[in-house]
Amino acid sequence: MPSLKDLKNRIESVKSTRKITKAMQMVAAAKLRRAQEAAEMSRPYAERFNAVLGALAASVGDSDTAPRLLAGTGSDQTHLLIVMTAERGLCGGFNANIAKLAKQHADRLKSDGKTVKIVTVGKKGRDNMRRGYGDLFIDHVDLTEVKSVGYANAQEIAKNVLDRFDAGEFDVATIFYSKFENVVSQKPTAQQIIPASFDAPEEGAEPSTVYDYEPSEEAILADLLPRGVATQIFAALLENGASEQGARMSAMDNATRNAGEMIDKLTIEYNRSRQAVITNELIEIISGAEAL
Amino acid sequence: MADTMQFDLVSPERQLASLEARAVQVPGAEGDLTFMPGHTPLITTLRPGLLRVESAEGDKEYVVSGGFAEMGAGGLSVLAERALPREDMTQERYDEMLEELKSQYQKAKDNFQNEPGPVDDAAKLLSDMVAVGGHIGLSAGNAPLPG
Repeated sequence: MPSLKDLKNRIESVKSTRKITKAMQMVAAAKLRRAQEAAEMSRPYAERFNAVLGALAASVGDSDTAPRLLAGTGSDQTHLLIVMTAERGLCGGFNANIAKLAKQHADRLKSDGKTVKIVTVGKKGRDNMRRGYGDLFIDHVDLTEVKSVGYANAQEIAKNVLDRFDAGEFDVATIFYSKFENVVSQKPTAQQIIPASFDAPEEGAEPSTVYDYEPSEEAILADLLPRGVATQIFAALLENGASEQGARMSAMDNATRNAGEMIDKLTIEYNRSRQAVITNELIEIISGAEAL
Repeated sequence: MADTMQFDLVSPERQLASLEARAVQVPGAEGDLTFMPGHTPLITTLRPGLLRVESAEGDKEYVVSGGFAEMGAGGLSVLAERALPREDMTQERYDEMLEELKSQYQKAKDNFQNEPGPVDDAAKLLSDMVAVGGHIGLSAGNAPLPG
């Protein structure tokens, strides 16, 4: 049976833990709002971009001269997995879920006899996947120093990936990130970015406007495809940012609630033992008086 | 015919402008072009340059660093890789953008010794950027004009 003093100390320590988790929850909530705004702001660009790119790809896609970023290298032997996670923990299953999805994907590819290479973005995913998959790592992008993710970060990652693609290091690239659905649910998602895939225009849809192209369709497509990679990575980074804060917020909300419950339990225990001590003292006094 | 059209300028990070414009001058890859309402549908890539918007609220200029413009039935959308209102363009930011292009050019020169294509492209981007500086009165420092 812990002494009164022990109990009191424990209550204090749980209380300060609760303060910390509560603060983290509130910080995450504020950051979440910012992250969501950032994701919101980037949407018009991404939507327009994909619409134009999709239209271009549909008209050029089948020709033999289609760029390799669109048509692929003609092989799917070597796969590059870009695993994007957070730099920090304490956000529930967020990092583990993304890593799990990536691991499943890697296992499936390996059992199909493909070569798998992994680029990690974010420290936590790297730590999580090091065991068992560490020998597949070819690069790591560190965003620890980055306060708010900008397009420049995405461009850097895209450039890294594109350089490798041009050097023939892989045939297919897939990004892993967490899609933000709402505060309590983030969905780990795999998305193939090279070769680019677009939603086919709906059947029977009105034929869209016939555009003139300057310089030429192919030249524009060749210019836009690498940007498309950056755009997709940027969108994924933003989704990831919002998901991370959402996950952290609900994890910290849980932690705060658990701490509250624990404090209640400990307080009851504390009061009981205090009562027991008083009762004991009374008994001692009474029996002392009776003995006289 | 309407004398204005919807004009949107968006960069990956935010939407810079969305307004009714009378005319928009765009730095196209093959030369400047001005879009006015009723322009034929066109998609063009951009080079680094100045984008000028004429609207009821007056004229406004933006510095864009590449991307593309899409003129459609709904109006003109410019999707710029990077875009800034001209008045926000400081020497510091300009230097930064210039530095980036310089290193790209250098890299292209190192990587493609026998292929003029990529080197010329990078050189063109760099000289376009230098030209922008001249237009808005920022110095390109001692940027070596690619010869």
